[in-house]
Formats: sequence, C-alpha cells, structure tokens
Amino acid sequence: MAQSSQATGGLSSIPALLQRNAERYGSKDAYREKEFGIWQTWTWAQAEKEIEALALGFLNLGVAEGDFVAISGRNRPHFYWAMVAAQSVGAVPVPVYQDSGAEEMAYVLGHCGARFMVAEDQEQVDKVIDVQDQLHQLEHVIYIDPRGMRKYDHHKLHQFTHIQEQGRAAREEFLPDLKARREKLDYDDTCVMLYTSGTTGKPKGVVLSNRNIIESAKNACEFDRLNSSDEVLAYLPMAWVGDFIFSIGQAYWTGFCVNCPESPETMITDLREIGPTYYFSPPRVFETQLTSVMIRMEDASRFKQWLFHRFMAHAKKVGGRILDGKPVGLMDRLTYALGDVLIYGPLKDTLGFGRVRVGYTAGEAIGPEIFEFYRSLGINLKQLYGQTEASVFITVQPDGEVRADTVGVPAPDVEIRIDETGEIYYRSPGVFVEYYRNPESTAKTKDEEGWVATGDAGFFEEGTGHLRIIDRAKDVGKMADGSLFAPKYVENKLKFYPDILEAVLFGNGRDHCVAFINIDLSAIGNWAERNNIAYASYQELAGHPKVLASIQDHVEEVNRSVAEDPMLSGCQVHRFLVLHKELDADDGEMTRTRKVRRAVVAEKFNDLVEALYDGSTEVSTETEVTYEDGRKGSIKATLELCDAKVVPVNTQKVAAE
Amino acid sequence: MLDDTEGYVTEDGRKIGGVVMEMKNITLRFGGVVAIKDISFDIREGEIRAIIGPNGAGKSSMLNVISGFYHPQEGEVWYKGKKRPGMRPYQVAQQGIARTFQNIALFEGMSVLDNVMTGRIRQMSTGMFAQALWKGKAEQEEVENRETVEKVIDFLEIQHIRKTPVGRLPYGLKKRVELARALAAEPSILLLDEPMAGMNVEEKEDMSRFILDVNDEFGTTIALIEHDMGVVMDLSDRVVVMDYGKKIGDGSPDEVRSNQAVIDAYLGVQHD
Repeated sequence: MAQSSQATGGLSSIPALLQRNAERYGSKDAYREKEFGIWQTWTWAQAEKEIEALALGFLNLGVAEGDFVAISGRNRPHFYWAMVAAQSVGAVPVPVYQDSGAEEMAYVLGHCGARFMVAEDQEQVDKVIDVQDQLHQLEHVIYIDPRGMRKYDHHKLHQFTHIQEQGRAAREEFLPDLKARREKLDYDDTCVMLYTSGTTGKPKGVVLSNRNIIESAKNACEFDRLNSSDEVLAYLPMAWVGDFIFSIGQAYWTGFCVNCPESPETMITDLREIGPTYYFSPPRVFETQLTSVMIRMEDASRFKQWLFHRFMAHAKKVGGRILDGKPVGLMDRLTYALGDVLIYGPLKDTLGFGRVRVGYTAGEAIGPEIFEFYRSLGINLKQLYGQTEASVFITVQPDGEVRADTVGVPAPDVEIRIDETGEIYYRSPGVFVEYYRNPESTAKTKDEEGWVATGDAGFFEEGTGHLRIIDRAKDVGKMADGSLFAPKYVENKLKFYPDILEAVLFGNGRDHCVAFINIDLSAIGNWAERNNIAYASYQELAGHPKVLASIQDHVEEVNRSVAEDPMLSGCQVHRFLVLHKELDADDGEMTRTRKVRRAVVAEKFNDLVEALYDGSTEVSTETEVTYEDGRKGSIKATLELCDAKVVPVNTQKVAAE
Repeated sequence: MLDDTEGYVTEDGRKIGGVVMEMKNITLRFGGVVAIKDISFDIREGEIRAIIGPNGAGKSSMLNVISGFYHPQEGEVWYKGKKRPGMRPYQVAQQGIARTFQNIALFEGMSVLDNVMTGRIRQMSTGMFAQALWKGKAEQEEVENRETVEKVIDFLEIQHIRKTPVGRLPYGLKKRVELARALAAEPSILLLDEPMAGMNVEEKEDMSRFILDVNDEFGTTIALIEHDMGVVMDLSDRVVVMDYGKKIGDGSPDEVRSNQAVIDAYLGVQHD
C-alpha cells in the first residue's frame, strides 16, 4: 500500500492533486463552460481558489468529516468543484442522476443519509422539497441557478455563490481547519460514492477509495499517454463512474482541461467548437451522429453524394488498416490522402472529432458497421469493458489491436479469470471497497481475495488474448431443446440497423424465440417524410404496414446471420412485434444508463409475450406510462404480430447423441 | 377601488405597484363599425393583466391602441402619470412598451440570434455606416447588446437554436423567439397577443412558466390577451373582460369567473 502511494508521489487524494496542479499548471486552463454564448475559462489556480472558497463555505455551514454531500445537476464546473470541495473537508460526494424522479432521489438520499445537497436549479430543488418529509437527515440544499428561487424559504436553502462568499469572508477562521482535514486524507479514505442503476433491484451505493480512483486513472492515462494538453468534453451523467474517472480522476492526474457544454441540447455544437482530443461515449451517441450524417447526405447534391460514397468506400477498404499501421499500397495511400482533404477531414471536423487522439466507446456493444465507419475516417476509436465496481477499467483495446467484436486485453494491473460457467472475474487496484450499508451484496460480489464477479459471460480468444463478451451471465439460458439462449447477441444484431432503437428477445425455456422491437423515431420519421407517409404519433408510425415490412426484412436478415453460428442458431426470431411505446427509464423499463430491464419488460408486457407464443395475429393492450413530471397515464393500442422467416437449422443431434 | 398610487400584495407575496397605464373612455371606430366602445381600465406596475373575451370582442384592437398602432377617436391613454399624445408605434416602443404578435412576425430567413438582436435596435445610437464599418463605438455597442440578448436567450432556454434560421423552427419555438425579441428590448410593459394560441398542452405549460418567470425575475408589467380561460385564470392578477367592444367585467380571476355577464358572454344566454 505504501508502495503504490509512493508511485503517485505521495499524492493520495484528489484535493492533494488539486494543490499540485494549481502549482504546476497554475496558468493553464482547467475548466471551461459555455455560458451566454461564450466559453468562460478557469485556470487551475483559479479553480483551486473557487474550490477553496466553497470548502470554507462548507465548513462554515457545518459539514463534518464523513458526511455525504449529494450532487444533482448537469455537467458544470461548479459541480466538479463541489465534489472536490466536499472531499477537501473530509466529506464524501454522492453524484445522483439529475433526471431521476423524486422517489428515486429520495431513496438514494435516504440510503446514504446525505446531510447536504448541491443542486442545479429550481427543478432539482422542487424535487427534493416534494420528498422532504422522507429525508429528515437532509439539512441544507445549495443551488447554483437562483432563477425562480426568490420566494422560497431560505433557512435551509443557499445560493452557491453566497456559500463561497461566506467561505471567503471566514477564510482566516477556517483555513487551518481546512488544511488539517485536507492533509489527513489518505489512500484508504473514500473518494466518492456512486449509485449503480442496476438492471435488477434497488440501486446500490458503490464506495470507491482514493486508491481506486487515482490508481485506475493513473494506469489509464499512462496506457493512452494522456497529458496536460488534452481536452475532454464532459457531457455524460455526473452520477456515472465514467464521468468521474475522466473528468475528475484523469483530469486531476494529468491536469487536462474539462469542457462543459452550454446545455444538453447544444452538446453537438459545443463538441465541434471544442474539438476534444480525448473522447468517450456510449455507442448511442455515435449511432445518432452517423444517422444524422447519412440523413444530411441524402439532401446533398448528386455530385457530392457520389464523391462521398466513392471516398467512403475507399476509406472502408484501407482507412482502418492505415490507422492500425498495417501495410497499405502507395496508390491507396494517395487516394486516402486526397479523400482526407476532400471528405474525411471536413466530415471529422463537422462531427467534432477533428482532433480526437483517443476515443472510447463502452457500456454496450457497438455495431461493427458504425465502429468501422468512424475508424475508417481515421478516428482512433477503441472499445473498453468496465464497471462501476472496477473504477471503470477491466479490459481495453491497445492502439493497433482494435476490433469490433472484442473488448481488448486486461487493463494495466488488472487480473482476469473465467470460471467454469463462463462468468468473468477480475481483481485490480480499482476494485471497490464495498456496497454502502449492504454487506450481503458486497460478499456476494467480491470474495476475500478481492475477486469480483462481473455477472457477464465471456471467453478469451485463442491467439490474440482478447476478451469477448457473450452476454449477461444471468440472461444466458437454455431453450426447451437444450440449445443455448443468448438474447444480447441477437438483440445487438437487430439494434445495429439504424431504424431499430431497441430490441428485447424472449425464449428462455421455450421452443422458439420471439422479439419486441422499438423503432428509432428520428430515422423512421425521416424516412416517412421522404416517402410522404403522414403520421400523427409514435404509435401510428410504429404500426405502419411499410414500417413493419422493413423491420421484417431486418429480422429475417438477422435470422440468416444467426443461423450461421452453430451454437446460437436456435435463437432465430420466429415472431415479433413493434412496440407502441418507447422503452423508458421513467417507466422503469430501462436503467438511467439506458440498459433494458429484461425482467420488468417481460412482466409488464406479459400479455404481448403470450400473444406472440399463442399464434394470434393481433393483440389489444393497455399500458401505463409515466410522464417526466411523475404523473401517470395510459395508452391503448392494437398491435400486429408478425411472422418472420427462419432458416431451418441443420441439427446434428443424432450425431451428437 | 384601489388608490392610484398605492399598490397591493398578491396572495403569493408579489408586490404590485401603482397605476402605470390608464385607458380612459377609449372609443375606436373603423368607419361605421365600433370596435371599442367607451372602455376604461388601468394596468398596475408589476402585475399580469389579462384582456379576455369571445372572438371579435375587440381585444386585439385594444392591444393595438396600447401599442400606438391604432389611434382611438375618443378617449385618452395615460402612461406613467402623463397623458400620451398621438404617437407612432416606434415612439411607443421607445417608451419601453414591447409586444409580440398573434400571428408571429419574425424575419424567417434570419437566425434566432439576429432576430432577437433586432429587439435591441432602439438602444443603438450609431448609424448604419458606423455599424457597417464596425469600429469604435459601434463595436462596443454591439458587444453590450449581444450580452443582453445572450441573457435573454439563456433565460428562455433557446441556446440550442441560437444560430438556426427561424423559418426552420416549429411553431412553439417561434413563439418563444418572439417573446425573446420583445424581452431583449428590456421593456417596462410587455404586451402579449395570444401567446398560447395554437400550442399543445406542454408548450402552453412552458410558455406560462416563462411568462411568470419574466414577471417575477425582471418585475416586468405584462398585459396579455388570451383565449384559453384556464391559462388566463392561473396566470393573471386581474382580468378585463370584453364583449362586442364593451367592457363587461373587470377584477380578480375569481370575481370575473362569478360575474353573470361574463358567464353569459362565454356560454351564451338562453332565450325563452
């Protein structure tokens, strides 16, 4: 333990790293945020002052060591400061998903017993006020945006800047205390607590220590040679471990600059203005951007379209190879260079990826076509596999060894083993301390030797040593005839079509598989516009015969591809339906990080699943929906059930027996 | 009746000031048609004042009288304690009265930002040529105006369409841009002509929120015309009801709601 602390130069907490950065990179930009149309900048020295003022304000307010300080809002420098200020006084920051409903928030705040909260605006404050009678321990709420807050009772409510002013005014008085608390922090103290959204059950509070965060950040920075001149765009939820590692762990370790967008809606514009060099995103963002490029290309002139397709075909052929440093002929290189001037360069610039040196996608499997598209443009996009419990990194793809179907080799200092059932276990310095107030789950997930069960099934590929993920271990099942049922595998293939947003496969214990499909409104809406198909609602579009026909084509194509895999050929989709509503986190059908909660969906739409199996051609259903403000309503629909062609499977049972 | 100079405090604790504008016995005729007949009412500082009435009641005409577009044949308009002489609309605007229109009047080909910037025109003192050269005072002026405009854009949450041409926006957002342009003028009185017309429920809720926030944050006096009774009753401090060019009711939403003449005008009268 002392050894690793020495490896990081005695810098054993985030506040200690802040002090170092303020000295070493004092005049370098640490934070930027677009406000009033202009990028506002804070250097490391200025950021240190802001954080100090806030930390002193916290002391003035009575924040004690070990207290939990909840953070709720979109990515803004103020929230990052609040987290580090909380750490500076010995408290533990707990970022929560700002879009979660009042009840979810009440659960999290109640579970950790947060005494303080830093919230963004009236909307967040109102949510807490709604459930305040469940939260006796919550004493003070600090808000950033004063708009609409004047009429509120300010006994327990404080404006962010006022807390800072009070902190500055009381500097003399509290500075010795702040210094003492800051210096006390060591590698084993809690750095942050993050609630995992969890595809099953209540959220669990994952406790990560300074060691977890700093060691993981350090290793990953060295792996990708990140340095203080890098730029990132912080736009992913602050409650997600990835954002904490990138925007705090790695930013503080290397001293690079964190840029915050003006608002969630302006993210794409802001991305382009900043041109990050290090970029991270779930596949969904890449998919959306690709879809929008393709939609816009359809509006371009004939010549431009021709040029685009001509050069994209060339990029597909050699782009990835050039990026991986593999041998490519001179003519091909010259053509690629020309394409870079004419197409790839401008396109990358439009997408905001003109300067990306290292890009990652994680969280879900990315479609090979989407992945190849970005790589062929010369964007060094890679995959990684991680978890909150691991402080993100389990496996990563090294430069030059990037493929769409694997998640890479073990990250530095990470050991991996696969048990006889195929489940992946890992052990690393990033392994979490515990689930807060939940020793049972902790014991279930982490054994005495520090091995953590991922809950995912996978295997190491022979020869390359790359890890391949098959599915969630608990989702993998058996069909009635004993063949393997791996829903994710088929769902991912379906989701790679731009007009399919989400797919859910059923079939565990049955004799064949059926599927629910969610259409992608932006892609299909655009298609409808082009083909003069009028529609009044999502529901109407989802039930349109032409939409069903095109989805059917996709399903059958997937069936053909699934049939090629001898292990999984039983997972072909025999029947499917297009859902009348989008699966939504507000309805509990998905997690806040947008992963499908399979069990919830199966239970809620049980009537639809049964109808798919009993062979009926139509089903009427009524579904409860929750609106963003928590009100409930219901929608009725009659759905058409479609049959899809399957490829007859050439079972070799006889031979096997 | 309330005193001219003294204000009152609303239920939710807002302080309403003295009378800022008063319409005295206004009559407006178009040839032989009497659009407004002998109407008097006042608007107090900081309040949200609604003018309601069935179709053709003369509401928009009334708003046009306030904004100086129509000149009544009889009656007087008093503003800030002084009788207002016959004015052109731009002169009225210079006095700090800004408005939005029932059927959106924006420059469709221009970006949202440019549209909102036009709301600052009366604050610009440099001439066309100075602005074209964009040197010295003209530059400084633009920077200041842009700052005000950006605050409005932030306030109404339209950052994401800042550079989008207005013609490409959906209806609800256009309405919001129009409000932004009016707000950019930093008016003391804001006139809204059917701000929610043609909106869906969600857009109406957003717009109501913004109107309340404008009033609360900047203390802007707001006079609005609206069809949607629910919206009017929730938003306004006091309501004037018109029917066939005449005033048939004036008072708090509750008073107006229980006024028999108003009920008759809206629901119709049964004839034996």
